[in-house]
Amino acid sequence: MEREHFSKQFDNELNVIREKLLEMGGKVESMIANAMKSLVERDTELAERTIAFDHEINTLEMVIDEKCLEVLARRQPAARDLRFITLALKIVTDLERIGDQCANICKRARELNQEPSLKPYIDLPRMAKAASDMVKEALDAFVRGDDALAIKVCQDDQCVDELNEQIQRELLTFMMGDPKTISRAMKIIHVSKCLERIADHATNIAEMVIFMIKGKDIRHTIA
Amino acid sequence: MNNKVKLEQVNIHFGRTHAVRDISMTFPENSVTAIIGPSGCGKSTLLRSMNRMHDLVASARVTGKILVDDGDIYEKGVDPVAIRRRVGMVFQKPNPFPAMSIYDNVIAGYKLNGRLPREEADELVESCLKRVALWDEVKDRLKSNAMMLSGGQQQRLCIARTIAVKPEVILMDEPASALDPISTLKIEELIEELKERYTIIIVTHNMQQAARVSDYTAFLYMGDLVECGETKKIFTTPEEKRTEDYITGRFG
Repeated sequence: MEREHFSKQFDNELNVIREKLLEMGGKVESMIANAMKSLVERDTELAERTIAFDHEINTLEMVIDEKCLEVLARRQPAARDLRFITLALKIVTDLERIGDQCANICKRARELNQEPSLKPYIDLPRMAKAASDMVKEALDAFVRGDDALAIKVCQDDQCVDELNEQIQRELLTFMMGDPKTISRAMKIIHVSKCLERIADHATNIAEMVIFMIKGKDIRHTIA
Repeated sequence: MNNKVKLEQVNIHFGRTHAVRDISMTFPENSVTAIIGPSGCGKSTLLRSMNRMHDLVASARVTGKILVDDGDIYEKGVDPVAIRRRVGMVFQKPNPFPAMSIYDNVIAGYKLNGRLPREEADELVESCLKRVALWDEVKDRLKSNAMMLSGGQQQRLCIARTIAVKPEVILMDEPASALDPISTLKIEELIEELKERYTIIIVTHNMQQAARVSDYTAFLYMGDLVECGETKKIFTTPEEKRTEDYITGRFG
């Protein structure tokens, strides 16, 4: 267990940031699940609600940024604390982008739900589950200081990338077979791309967690 | 980079107290090395050993080697006064000579070493005061008593006095801890400029100051050297848990 600061207030401030980040992570995970549900179950009303929900993510981003800046200004953190704060500042950006990607998925869902179904969604929910798990695990790794889990997240990204490529190939055959499917297929490809980006953001977080724990920058080194 | 000062297994005792334990480290030339650590960790004691200040303390015993340019300053036959000319010292509290003018303070050290023609003295005073960024503030009152200056100005005057004898190494023991924040920043700025000509070793309680001014940082704890390395590394990713706990302000 980590030792406490001489200043209890400093510990409290760091804990608040940690908790807010987890809260934000939980909300982002539910957004991914709802975005997928709105698409698979053709629930346009849920899509609208999820788009509106993005506002809460944006608010949390601002709150966390402000708290981090305050700690930097007042405490001049060093070493582990400095790495934690700079990491928190970067994690919120990634989480906020994930929220944006979920909103994008919902917008495509809203459009796709107006048209006849092109094909049953099978790989997309799998991909969404994988990406969502990565986000969850990256944040768990962050909270628990678990670098092994963070490394796993980086490796899992490969699997999401492969699913994305597979989905694109499959939809390409639809489009070549019947040009009337192009509009819908393009939208589904966009959804797939959004999920792939979400997994990338989770990977970014995991890489930064490894830096926080080990003090070693592994970005742009794991294939 | 050339190592100007080298410590080899330095131990310092005061009577039965073992204040500095077996420290070996190097101080690169033309750089600033900060020594940090909690009160009583031995950092000032270590600093003072580097220009033989403990010679005056009967109970003090220094063993091991302290090399300046590969010459051991504790070797038999070495004149401590000659060492102190090469290794200058700036103290926590500004200590200009109270009965002397600003002008005489600057050349006080130099005069001890011999006569100085008027013209050369004028030049020396001007160049030293310029180098510590005090010239513009005092050039019209060089003959006034040094005690008329503010604390920050007095400290810069003391640094001018130190560099007047053309030392190679400057030791600074908490040089800014008695000063206000602006004077502190001026001293820090000065340290940055002085390192181009001198090797600077500074003891400080203020960790942010060490982070700001130094190229290398050594962390001492209870007489031991715990960790020494690039300041950038010590303050972002130290190797040792004890260093981490100290600089982040955790219970030790």
